Amino acid sequence: MTLSAIQPIRSDQDPAERNSRPGHSRATAPLRTRSQKTKYALTVLAFLLPSAIPLALFTLGPMIGAAWISLTKWNLLAPQQFIGLDNYSKLLTDPRTGEIFLHTVYYIAGYLPLVYVGGLALALALNTALKGRSFLRGVYFLPVITSWIVVALVWRWLLNPSSGAVNSVLGWFGIEGPGWWTDPNWAMPSIILASAWKDLGFVMVILLAGLQSISPDLYDAAKVDGAGWWRRTFSVTIPLLSPSTFFVLIISLINGFQVFDQVYAMTSGGPAGASQVVVQQIYDLTFRYGKAGEASALSWLLFIVVLAVTVIQIRGQKRWVNYG
Amino acid sequence: MNRKIMAVVGLTGVAALVMTGCSATPAEPDAPVTITYTNFISNDGNEANLAKIVDAFEKANPNITVDVTTLPYSDYGTALQTDLAAGTVSDVFDIEYANYASYQANGVLAPLKVSNPSAYRQSLLEAYSTDGTSYALPSSFSDVVLYYNKDLFDAAGVSYPTNDWTWADEKAAALKITDQAAGIWGDHQPVSFYEYYKVLAQNGGKFLNDDGKTVAFNTPAGIEAAKWLVEKSGTTMPTIEQGQGTPDFDTNLFKDGKLAMLHTGIWVFGAFTDSPANWDIAVEPSNGTKASAVFSNAIGVSANSKHIEAATKWAEFMTSSDTMVQVRLDSGWELPPISDDAKLATYLDKGAPANRQAVFDALDGIALPPVVANGQSEMQDIMTEELVEAQAGRKTVEEALASAEKRINAVLAGQ
Repeated sequence: MTLSAIQPIRSDQDPAERNSRPGHSRATAPLRTRSQKTKYALTVLAFLLPSAIPLALFTLGPMIGAAWISLTKWNLLAPQQFIGLDNYSKLLTDPRTGEIFLHTVYYIAGYLPLVYVGGLALALALNTALKGRSFLRGVYFLPVITSWIVVALVWRWLLNPSSGAVNSVLGWFGIEGPGWWTDPNWAMPSIILASAWKDLGFVMVILLAGLQSISPDLYDAAKVDGAGWWRRTFSVTIPLLSPSTFFVLIISLINGFQVFDQVYAMTSGGPAGASQVVVQQIYDLTFRYGKAGEASALSWLLFIVVLAVTVIQIRGQKRWVNYG
Repeated sequence: MNRKIMAVVGLTGVAALVMTGCSATPAEPDAPVTITYTNFISNDGNEANLAKIVDAFEKANPNITVDVTTLPYSDYGTALQTDLAAGTVSDVFDIEYANYASYQANGVLAPLKVSNPSAYRQSLLEAYSTDGTSYALPSSFSDVVLYYNKDLFDAAGVSYPTNDWTWADEKAAALKITDQAAGIWGDHQPVSFYEYYKVLAQNGGKFLNDDGKTVAFNTPAGIEAAKWLVEKSGTTMPTIEQGQGTPDFDTNLFKDGKLAMLHTGIWVFGAFTDSPANWDIAVEPSNGTKASAVFSNAIGVSANSKHIEAATKWAEFMTSSDTMVQVRLDSGWELPPISDDAKLATYLDKGAPANRQAVFDALDGIALPPVVANGQSEMQDIMTEELVEAQAGRKTVEEALASAEKRINAVLAGQ
């Protein structure tokens, strides 16, 4: 098989439409014969294999395995016992399930605006001809590649109610800082704060790339028309940044539903379950309480929720995402 | 789904595949074998002591090599559970008394042919036997005592604790010594399941009903016991906001000479050897019934081990050999589980604390943790969580116990 067998379909052309177009010359049709089509499919497959094999082994396989486990009662030690949909009906009737999903949504609702607005502000600032901006970009990206355990420990220390730096600084201004992660009302805000700080650099990098793909001509044209900075930002930058924004939203929402490391390291879901989120609950059920069946069922519930939210987002993008 | 969640789901999936792949072959005592031993007991200070015992064993058994893995206690349970499920568990591993029943019932422990059962303290050996067969060997035992700082007692003009102290004596002394402005605290006792079942016993109550299917602590005695723990917070003991409950907070406070009384196990003796504090120990005070917490650890052999004979040999050496007794006594590494009290006698003269006799006096009245076959960790977590709710003032003690009763009963009913 040679590379000439690869005939990518141009993204701006619908293949069905192209082949049925009247008067379309057969000589230029990319995939003429059945054998060529097979060859093409095999070539694509060959290129996909390196990522498809791990995907099948480590994602699809375990997902199917988990679907089976979710129909059983299993404490990880004794043989599995088939119990049908009992785990699902138990989860759906347990008020605790609603609570942990609510905590997860609370996390997303706090985290997403914070990380997006912060990331956008950074991206806008570091997209100008600022001195030392490469260095600053590196600095802001550093937390992204730092281990969550390290970040969580540092934030636990910063937010220590009696000896932490944050409450000490607040104290200078006569403000009595809250109990942060020791207080059920402040545990989730503590986690949100640490998470937004850590992921700021990631959002910044994605948005920076988006900003740099916007043609300077558009800004020049807007300037000629008398648009000020605000006008240019809201009429040129934000609409043309929408594909990057969309990407950030999808990734952040999926990651948000799967928030775990920071919760595990900062509060383990406490105090009194106030910051218990879905994945922490999956972890606790499996490894602390020996309820792998229930945990697998919860994993599948989470998957369905994430899938639904993502599908809705992809459908909805047509209304607001501008691919130029 | 991304990596994070797949790590959780993936492990359970892979585990199912691996579990079917295990098989046992007969041991070959003459050929050199390597057995693996995973432990938490040597973590945080006793690694070199364990190495001494391993060296002595390998010298006596040149054909057997012991490959040691040491994990911190806080991660150990999760790691063991995962290894058992995945079929990657070591030949020999540590277990705690509270989890023995569950592991034995699930068939992960090999029945052991103990060559010299009389070497062990019988009560401890029986604690790890089911229907007359040993499924694990006790590796040590320890108890919880009252540590006190003599200098702080002297400064406040309070007489030292004795084995006959009651809760009222402890409270009076703690109130007198506590000087929050100077950062001096009178008392520290964790607000947790592990303290609660014990103070419950000290107050004449019990945690579980006799059938083991429902809890028995939501009574006036139970409420009084919970208040005893909870109400220390903020009066004679630092609050959660002040750091109470974080790892090593209490031992560091005691080490720094800022804590007059500390309820903790004899396993921290070693941590205080360099402390400038002038300290000693006494049996824990009670409220009518003497009840000290006694903990024991044990060593089990994996039912799937390919070298059960060699593994058993190591397990026996680690739990009953003279080398082990000597190393443990010399280093104050808990107490060896042996029956020969003459060998233990030297323990009394091994240095601070002076009143080592209290370690043995505490055994006269003991409280063992309540154990259930299914839901042990969940039961413990719920109890601690509800007590901490009361400690933080978000619930009254009565509300917390009522809620704990309801939730734990649901767990015990298998819901």
